[in-house]
Formats: sequence, structure tokens, C-alpha cells
Amino acid sequence: MLDVGTPILKAPTAEGAKDQHMVLNMGPQHPSTHGVLRLVLEIDGEIVVRLYPEVGYLHTGIEKTCESKFYQQVVPLTDRVDYLGPLANNLCYCLAVEKLLSLEIPERAVWIRVLLTELTRINSHLIWLGTHAMDIGALTVFLYTFREREEILRIFEAVSGQRMMTSYFRIGGLAMEPPLDLFDRIQAFIKTFPEKIDEYSNLLTGNPIFRSRLIDVGHLSPEDAVALAVTGPTLRASGVDFDLRRDMPYSGYEKFQFRVPVSNRCDCWGRYEVRLEEMRESLKIIQQALDGMPGGPVKADAPKIVLPDREKMKTQMEALIHHFKIVTEGFNVPAGEVYQAIESGHGEMGYYVVSDGTAKPYRVHMRYPGFASLQALETMCQGRMLADVVAVIGSIDIVLGEIDR
Amino acid sequence: MAEAPQETLAGKQSVLEKMPDHPAIKAMLAWGVENLTGAIFDRGELTLTVPSEKIVEALAAIKDAGFNAYEDMTAVDWLPSEPRFQLTYHILSHAYKQRVRVKAWVSEADPAIESITSVFPGANFYEREVFDLFGIRFEGHPNLRRIMMPEEWVGHPLRKDYPVEGYR
Repeated sequence: MLDVGTPILKAPTAEGAKDQHMVLNMGPQHPSTHGVLRLVLEIDGEIVVRLYPEVGYLHTGIEKTCESKFYQQVVPLTDRVDYLGPLANNLCYCLAVEKLLSLEIPERAVWIRVLLTELTRINSHLIWLGTHAMDIGALTVFLYTFREREEILRIFEAVSGQRMMTSYFRIGGLAMEPPLDLFDRIQAFIKTFPEKIDEYSNLLTGNPIFRSRLIDVGHLSPEDAVALAVTGPTLRASGVDFDLRRDMPYSGYEKFQFRVPVSNRCDCWGRYEVRLEEMRESLKIIQQALDGMPGGPVKADAPKIVLPDREKMKTQMEALIHHFKIVTEGFNVPAGEVYQAIESGHGEMGYYVVSDGTAKPYRVHMRYPGFASLQALETMCQGRMLADVVAVIGSIDIVLGEIDR
Repeated sequence: MAEAPQETLAGKQSVLEKMPDHPAIKAMLAWGVENLTGAIFDRGELTLTVPSEKIVEALAAIKDAGFNAYEDMTAVDWLPSEPRFQLTYHILSHAYKQRVRVKAWVSEADPAIESITSVFPGANFYEREVFDLFGIRFEGHPNLRRIMMPEEWVGHPLRKDYPVEGYR
């Protein structure tokens, strides 16, 4: 058994010798900050005293850009926010606008959305696992996880024509009917994937270096986690049993049976366990979605909002007029405001959309989990060694695209 | 959310009458319903409007009622109407599995409101973001600096009178 309870070494400075503190700049160009995160650390020897995250290096003003686009044109923008989970972004935005429009979307579209969003979650967790292990020094796992991620990206490409920036979900359903062999491909993928998770687990769970770098590192109490607005797997690894998919179901999640993994460890190891378990639960949801996949259309019957099929557009005058109107003028959305939250791979993703009754959103605000998780970084790193900061950043699974927006 | 009424309830009176059992409404009744300037229940979402000088009190009352998790906060610029800026707070309850939206308005002449970081520490970065992009000051915030834009930047990009293209 590993000795994981070793107390932190006392800093080799005299009591109160504040002038011994050094300010260290980490990033924005640093391989283990997962993008362009800059941390300003005040260190005492190798012990972290204070930590300030400095963000904004990737700020593109995407919320401002949304205000000058038609509602449908915002969908491709959302892909670029959390670029590791593109379909989750699409889903959240589409659900928000559909709520504003009070639009019912067909059953088949709902199920395909759930199916692909869960694949997105696995995709996002695979990148987290690969990069997290790589930060710790286990370089091999990265190659293993990217092998499986490649297959998911190929599935996305088959569905939408794009590997990463999918934009496959549309307001009112899906862009088009998925290709014929798609469900077989996904079935083949999820049949082999459980062994792959075991393979990662075999590489990491018993690895003494990996264990000692994660166990009891980055402690975040449940009270602190809730107070600092931390969500998702990081929150559940602190022992708070809350998952939006189960507790406030959206997009038909109430029809699926799955377990929400929770860990009371409150450390990086707990976060590792929770995410690994979440991948297995996602597989269950995908299997249920494949088994019960209903037939029917994939677009809502709303000719003034949803683009008509190509065939109809070329043969029917009315469909052509609708097509022309939607493309050139967009569609008006009733005035009002909605907040739609979903459980993305990283945590709670929320879109706050305000409409003033025109064809362009008056305000789109995006709430992303990484932005809130970053606030908890100081709490998790204070009093720990400098090297633990790298492990903690990996364990909260941040994407700078979603933080800086 | 199943038991909540589905129709739209516009106006403070109808919300107070039709939804007396909602935990957030109960908290408001206990806190002082005369302070509530508006309430609306629309598309399954409850919105309460409070005066900007009472925002911390109101959120503390809502937090005591079980809305424990701060979710999100942002602003909306309603140029040219006055008061110009709408501040929106989303607070979630893990126990009730419900969400409440609290709104407050601040004017263009004095865009300032008290910081809620004493009640919800998680609002820290969000208030900095609104300060940066809208130019609304948060009194009592521990570290009110720009977060997205560079420190020396002039202007607040998410205001509606900020140009989208061309030279500034």
C-alpha cells in the first residue's frame, strides 16, 4: 500500500519571512496549461502560497458576435467555444432557442441528439484522460485515447461532414438524416470500447507514480465546491450528488436509465475515478438510444423556422419561398429570455438567450464550467507543492476556449 | 419541475397568488414582499426583480431558503432605455432541483451595484467579467480588475454602443 498521507513538507524559510516569497509566472505558453492559461504563483520555496489565474488570452468576443447573426447562424459559432465537445454546445444553444420558440422537435431527433451528445462526452473525457496522464508523465495513454477518439471523430465526420466543428444540430431538429450505416458503426464502437476503458485503467489505476501524484492532491471540500460554483465531474468527485441529466432532465434524458458516479474523495483521484466511470455510463445511454431509436422525421414541422428538404425546395414554390425567407431574413423569435443548462463533459453549460422579438438574438450569454472551476484552483493548490498545480489543472478538465469565449 | 404551472404568469400579483408554494416565493414573502418590484413566470422559469440596492439582501434570503448554488450572472444592455443595464443572476437549488432568476437594474449615469461575493463567492470572476465588458462597478468586490480585455483597454465591448467593426 502506498503511503499517501504524507504531510506537506514545511518550507525551508523562517516563520514570517515574507520577503522569501517568489513570484513565478506560469504560462500562457506552457504545455500543461491546456491552452493559453496564465497563472501567477506566489511561492515559498516549492510551496504555493497564492495563485492568480489570468485568463482572456483567447477572448474572441463570441457573445458580441452572436448579436449580429441570425439565430441559426449562431450554431456554428457555438462549436468553437468548447471545441472538445462541439455537439454539446450545439445542443445547449438549440434547446434554449427552441424553448424561446416553444418548438416541439420530433422524437427521432431528440434520441439522435442524446446519442451524439453522449459520444461527445466520451470524446471530451478521452482528451482529458490522455492529456491529464501526459501532464503527470504517463505519455503512452495519450496515444491510446487518441486512437479511440479518432473513431469518434470519424463518426462525427460521417454524420456532419466535419470532424470537430460539427454544427449538426439545428434549431428545430437536425441538419439531415444521419447516414445509413451510422448506428452500426456506433454499435461496433461501443462494443469494443469497454475493454478500452479497462485498458486505460490497467495502465493508470495501479501505476504507483500516477497514484501518488493524484491521491490526496487538490483537495476541494463539498462546501467550497458549491460555493465556488464548481459543477460537473469535479463537483461530483467532491461528494455532491447532482447531475443535470438526472435531476433536471432536458432533451429526453428522463427516458434513459443510468447511474451518476459520485466520489467522496474530494481529490484529483476522485475526479479520475468519476470521469472513468462516467464513460461507462455514457455507453449505457448510447446502447439504450441505439436499441430504442424511433423512426420518423428529424426536423420539426415548422416551415417558417426549419429549412425545407432540398427535394421540396426544388419542386415546390412554397418551400422555395420559405427557404429564401429563412436564408435571407432569418426568423423572428418571440421576445423573452431563457436560461437552458445542460450537463456537458466538463460540467454545467448554460446558455442565457434574450430575444427582443427580431431575427437576431439581443444577447447570448454562455455559462461554461471551466470559468467557474478556475476560481477553485487557488483553494485546491494552496499549501501544496508547485508540481501539484499541474496535476490539479489536469484534473479539473478545462478548455480555454470556453473560459475566454 | 413537473408540478410547476405551465402557463405564463405575468406580474407580481399573479405569481404570488398562483405559486405560493415555490420555495423562492416563500423566501421573498418572508423577506419582505414589498421590496419585490416584479415577478414573472414564463416558459417554466421564475424571474424575480428586486431593487439594485437590495440585491445582496434578496440573494441572501433566497440562499437561506435552499437555493444554495450560484450558477451564473451576466448583464444585458437595453440602450437607449433607462435604467439601461439589466443584471441577471441565476441561482440553483440542489435540494429542490429548481432554478430562480433574480434581476436588478442599474442606470447609465451610475452603473454600480453591490458585489454578491459575500453571499456567493463563486460570483467573483463573473462580476469581473461584467465589469470588464459592460463597465458596471461592483462595490465591495475583492479584486475588481479587467478579466478578458487587456488592462489598458478603453471601452466596454458588450455595450450596445460599442462598434462591432471598423476603427474605434
